Amino acid sequence: MMTDLYQSQRAMRQMRRQAMQRGVVAILDVGSSKIACLVLRFDGTGRLSDDNSIGSMAGQTGFRVIGAATTRSRGVQFGEVTAMQETERAIRTALQAAQKMADIRVDHVIASFSGANPRSYGLDAQVDLEGQLVTEAEVGRVLNACDVPDYGEGREVLHAQPVNFALDNRSGLIDPRGQLGQSLAVDMHMLTVDAVAIQNIVRCIKRCDLELAGIANSAYVSGISALVEDEQELGAACIDMGGGTTSISIFMKKHMIYADCVRMGGDHVTSDISMGLGVPAAVAERIKTFNGGVHATGADDRDLIDIGGDTGDWEHDRRTVSRAELIGIMRPRVEEILEEVRTRLDAAGFDHLPSQQIVLTGGGSQIMGLDGLASRILGQRVRLGRPLRVHGLPQSATGPGFSSAVGLSLFAAHPQDEWWDFEIPVDTYAARPFKRAVRWFRDNW
Amino acid sequence: MRPLTATRAPVIHRPKAVAGPDADFAAAPRPEPKAEPKLRLRGARMFGRDRQSDPAPSRLSYRFQRWMLTPGIRRGLKIGLPVLAVVGLIGGYFASEERRDAVAAYIADIKTSIQERPEFMVNLMAIDGAGTALSEDIREVVPLDFPLSSWDLDAEQIRDTITGLDPVKSATVRIRPGGILQVDVVERQPIIVWRTRNGVELLDETGAHVDRVAARSHHANLPLIAGKGADMHVPEALQILTTARSLGERVRGLVRVGERRWDLVLDRNQRIMLPTERPARALERVLAVNEVQDLLERDVAVVDMRLGQRPTIRMNKTASEDWWNTKVDVSSGQ
Repeated sequence: MMTDLYQSQRAMRQMRRQAMQRGVVAILDVGSSKIACLVLRFDGTGRLSDDNSIGSMAGQTGFRVIGAATTRSRGVQFGEVTAMQETERAIRTALQAAQKMADIRVDHVIASFSGANPRSYGLDAQVDLEGQLVTEAEVGRVLNACDVPDYGEGREVLHAQPVNFALDNRSGLIDPRGQLGQSLAVDMHMLTVDAVAIQNIVRCIKRCDLELAGIANSAYVSGISALVEDEQELGAACIDMGGGTTSISIFMKKHMIYADCVRMGGDHVTSDISMGLGVPAAVAERIKTFNGGVHATGADDRDLIDIGGDTGDWEHDRRTVSRAELIGIMRPRVEEILEEVRTRLDAAGFDHLPSQQIVLTGGGSQIMGLDGLASRILGQRVRLGRPLRVHGLPQSATGPGFSSAVGLSLFAAHPQDEWWDFEIPVDTYAARPFKRAVRWFRDNW
Repeated sequence: MRPLTATRAPVIHRPKAVAGPDADFAAAPRPEPKAEPKLRLRGARMFGRDRQSDPAPSRLSYRFQRWMLTPGIRRGLKIGLPVLAVVGLIGGYFASEERRDAVAAYIADIKTSIQERPEFMVNLMAIDGAGTALSEDIREVVPLDFPLSSWDLDAEQIRDTITGLDPVKSATVRIRPGGILQVDVVERQPIIVWRTRNGVELLDETGAHVDRVAARSHHANLPLIAGKGADMHVPEALQILTTARSLGERVRGLVRVGERRWDLVLDRNQRIMLPTERPARALERVLAVNEVQDLLERDVAVVDMRLGQRPTIRMNKTASEDWWNTKVDVSSGQ
């Protein structure tokens, strides 16, 4: 099974390389409330500006967004596909609109999703080097020596990234290749998710006549885009408050070291409002977006909001609610979500990190006064994050709701080395192609 | 009842409207809830379905759009289709025989109107360098119906026809300004008379036929050759005749023997049989002997030079007999 996964991930890497050669790839963020699709065009490697500074685009200039579209998500709950046909249609809608805007046919897709119970594992291994020099093969060997825990039936490894290398007694190496030493140790972060969720997504994308060129967890990719560089370096948590889930990722030394997901999000706030006020979900969503908040003031008692309705009953259709009441409905749910996030962060040992920056992003982070509430629950160092700027992104897609889509395009442009990017040592690999060819010859001639 | 107006305008947190199909979706007018009609045609709901219910493209339209975005297909539609349409239209127009003829006639009309402008007309033919007889011959073989457009004249072909005439050595044909077809002819000069079984012909220095004459006596001043294939070797014959110039009036002519070699025939039926190789040289030898010994003045029938190592003389019968007698007398006298 391990080799199987290894093969399929390598196949996806191969597909990604092909897409790079063709120069066009689509980014698909399958969320519970919306599906966002960006079409990227790669035009050579990113160059630094004249004075060798990173510049305003933070060095992310290797690609350009040439098409962007979003659509309301259907058939996705808690970040997982529940109704395949519906999801497929939604993906088709988004992709067709983005293709139309880009005016080019896209064949390769890199997708991200948030749910499917992500679970993080920290692995480590140490091997004695055969020679003095750390080669690619040695890195592959030490990665393969990691003791993989029993992560359970029906789960699949989504990410397996080496986060830290240690050579003899020197730790904190990002890339040990070419260095000299006696023994090489590695710390690896492995993220597993439910296999069924991946299979469903893959199937949906296949049904849209597309090739999957990569798949990523949205907690990870929104962390890439919403956290600034020093936050990633010093340690920070990114809370992506989506529609159906709130995903958490912790970054340290520019690597994700933990990811988790709370199965509550903005949709739950909406459904609370819908139930509390007795209005349809669409109206509740509108009221939440325009008038929502979590911090009531004296003026909010006098601020009446039309609820509306179209029953024909005048009394029923002219109902109003004060903003304070609305806040009274929203706040407990938001608090609950943040409390749950706090629990997860505590479980991950976030309070042991040197820097405890927390960045709130995602569509749900646009609730008025959320940063105040979050700083009470999560800690003092909370800020609201928006995604990094990338070339060609339309203004309407620069909000915090698009941080995972933008992060995914950054991920597509500069993927991190994962376990499957290194060759498995020969002994565990079934048979090399050449050996197989030789055997075939010996058998047949 | 409380007033319905809010005291403060709602704060809009959403900076921008949603884009793409969602915008259509959001902007679509909300249908008035209307009473369900009692009777509805089957399928009317399907066709009347508004976009609000599902903005997703059908699988077919999705595939079709992707297909249309494929570069090859787009190029085909952008370039291939118009080209095909134009070719089809033209082909369709010319499919009918009548239209084809009409167009051809129209083009021919225009062509003629241009060609028959006075600038292009040729009115007469001027022949230089040919005698009257030859001029008439030329006019006969080039039957041109003046005035004529210079487009219809094929100068090359006219020149070939004129050059094809026997008495013409070379000719140039050009159209001179003023609408004159100028033909400059160089005639062949007869230099030798060739008598064959069929008659008497005049040849020029290359052996080419110039004319046929009734009798050799019309051209008494020209040397005579005879024999089959003699016209092929006129230069050689001329060389031999030049060598034989010192014999003067005695030379009657040259005879080609067996299409191989020459006999120089003198009066009194004397013959000098010349070899195939270097006949002039052999003749010079004979002439040298003649100079010293008056060989040809004697009663010699044939001087045979065919074998260079062994020149031979055949005497007339009477001379031989005389010689025998003399020989006998001498032998008896001793």
